[in-house]
Amino acid sequence: MELNNSKIKIQAKNLNVYYGKKQALFNINLDINQKEVTALIGPSGCGKSTFIRCINRMNDVIDICKVEGSVEIDGAEINEKNVDVVTLREKVGMVFQKPNPFPKSIYDNIAYGPIIHGAAENKDQMDNIVETSLKKAALWDEVKDRLNEPGTSLSGGQQQRLCIARALSVNPEVILMDEPCSALDPIATAKIEELIDDLKKSYTIVIVTHSMAQAVRVSQKTGFFHLGKIIEVDSTDKIFKNPANKMTQDYITGRFG
Amino acid sequence: MNSLIAGVILILCLSSYFFGRSEARKLVTQNIKLKALPAYYGYYLSLWCGLPALIIFGCWSLFEPTIIKVLILNNFPQIESKDLFYEQTLSFFNGNFSGEITNEIKAASIKYSSINIIAQNSKVVIIAAALIGSLTFAYRKIQNNNKARDDVEIILKVLLFTSSLVAILTTVGIIVSLLFESLKFFSTINIFEFIFGTSWSPQRAFVRDASAITPEELLELQDAFGSVPLFAGTAFIALIAMCVAVPIGLFSGIYLAEYASTKVRKYSKPIIEILAGIPTVVYGFFAALTVGPFFRTLGESMGLTVSSESALAAGLIMGVMIIPYISSLSDDVINSVPQSLREGSYAIGATKSETIKKVVIPAALPGIIGSILLAVSRAIGETMIVVMAAGLAANLTINPLESTTTITTQIVMILVGDQEFDSPKTQAAFALGLTLFIATLILNYIALRVVKKYREKYD
Repeated sequence: MELNNSKIKIQAKNLNVYYGKKQALFNINLDINQKEVTALIGPSGCGKSTFIRCINRMNDVIDICKVEGSVEIDGAEINEKNVDVVTLREKVGMVFQKPNPFPKSIYDNIAYGPIIHGAAENKDQMDNIVETSLKKAALWDEVKDRLNEPGTSLSGGQQQRLCIARALSVNPEVILMDEPCSALDPIATAKIEELIDDLKKSYTIVIVTHSMAQAVRVSQKTGFFHLGKIIEVDSTDKIFKNPANKMTQDYITGRFG
Repeated sequence: MNSLIAGVILILCLSSYFFGRSEARKLVTQNIKLKALPAYYGYYLSLWCGLPALIIFGCWSLFEPTIIKVLILNNFPQIESKDLFYEQTLSFFNGNFSGEITNEIKAASIKYSSINIIAQNSKVVIIAAALIGSLTFAYRKIQNNNKARDDVEIILKVLLFTSSLVAILTTVGIIVSLLFESLKFFSTINIFEFIFGTSWSPQRAFVRDASAITPEELLELQDAFGSVPLFAGTAFIALIAMCVAVPIGLFSGIYLAEYASTKVRKYSKPIIEILAGIPTVVYGFFAALTVGPFFRTLGESMGLTVSSESALAAGLIMGVMIIPYISSLSDDVINSVPQSLREGSYAIGATKSETIKKVVIPAALPGIIGSILLAVSRAIGETMIVVMAAGLAANLTINPLESTTTITTQIVMILVGDQEFDSPKTQAAFALGLTLFIATLILNYIALRVVKKYREKYD
């Protein structure tokens, strides 16, 4: 590995996931480095989203989903019964494919997380959290005069940045992004990518994407998934210039998927 | 006779369907390209055969009695009570008349029998002509390979339009009749006395002949129709009902939508909805015979005077009746909140109940309010339970243990039995009905607007 000085933040070991009888992930072993962007690519239905949903245990929400194996964050196992998912999800934020602002004001959208975790003691602190989060998500200048308008009144790209700001509001360490730009136009996408580039200075980011170009642009490390298995993981540079596996080669050159 | 004609028309319709279809198939075998499936030619011929004849038949049957009546009565201008005379003639003609047979009745009866024969014959002739005419016309059209498909579409459209027209006209008719009878009522009783008066005692207006009311009596009657106690009673009972139905309905709706497993939901939702299918009269006697006396004994054991017909019993049972409306509607509304909102909330660390409280319910609130408003208008319009369980005394009270009465109960009380239609007492029922109608209409309108506004949000 080229970036051998980087510290491992998340480590998945022998991870198997089942939806009912169907197995979605097979023996996944993947290390995710601190404060860099890891991109997960692969054809639809290959298990990329299932994998990142294991990192904040969002699969718990799905009744028929069963997770086996281990995921460690900073060396601590998260797949144990006594792990508090509330604290886990405070640490691991998530941004979804389709912008999903709550039907509340822009301000309340951001304040939602801090209220739940009791992060602010008074109105000033909350105002401060809202402002910093929106600034970090590069949305502050666009919305500072209309914080009381509903979040749904924003454009698609703004909504997605609002969702990123919402995830940042509880000071996470890891941000999971599940195809964050697939519902956005190229200009909004460019803004989000710029933002991701900026955010990786302070956060560990895992991004699922269908766009090879996006993976090249934003990530330092790339994992290629196929049919629930990891085919190849390496630095983004290596994967896209000189992949070791024939399948990876075929996929990135557009021969399948 | 009439059923025979109808039968013949229907049989002809059916056979012309098969005839038209086989004719069309014949054309196909002659290598003529049809513009529609053969069945459409069948429908086309059948509709053309049936509709004109049925329309003529219907109109004829509708207007025939009146026309005959007018024709006969024109011959006897000297008779005074014409309706009675005509009824006597008819029953004499049918051979079940048991009164004094006058010469006029005999003459009229002879006249009737001759006109009747003419009418029957001409009916048969005209309908037969219509059948033959329209069948020939349609058959020619088929031969010319016309666009049967389009014509069948048009006829069906007209048919559907007529059906909706009937529904609309009925509604308009009911509203107009309510309005006119109410106007008659308000011409004798001051409308402000009706709306703001606090004493309801319509039995004071019980006079055999309404035209015999003297102006002095009318003046005394002015304050007998104060509807405030009725509105207060209605609102009070509806309030008690909502106090029962809103929490239980809403919570069970939330449970079904968010917590229940698919299996539980599959069985429990229909079971709750059965509550809505129980006839209200069953709820009524349950309230009157079980719940009312139960509260009474319970109250007595605590040293309270509880009327055996109490607002509490009626409201409670009405609340139970309304639960499924709220639970089922709010379940649907909660289900239509996008899953992505829930995931967004979970992803930031919210628990299930926090997510429901802070994201799902606010998102679903307009729909929930809509369902509650619909339930309120159901509660206000409910009759059977309150008739049986709430009592008849128009008390202006806020004590739930006393008996009280509602608008619907009073309408029932006023109209039960033989009534003079021009007495202010009877007309009061229409005035009450009108106000009730307006109240529920407004509630329904608000409810639908709220629900609609909510729909637009996620589309």
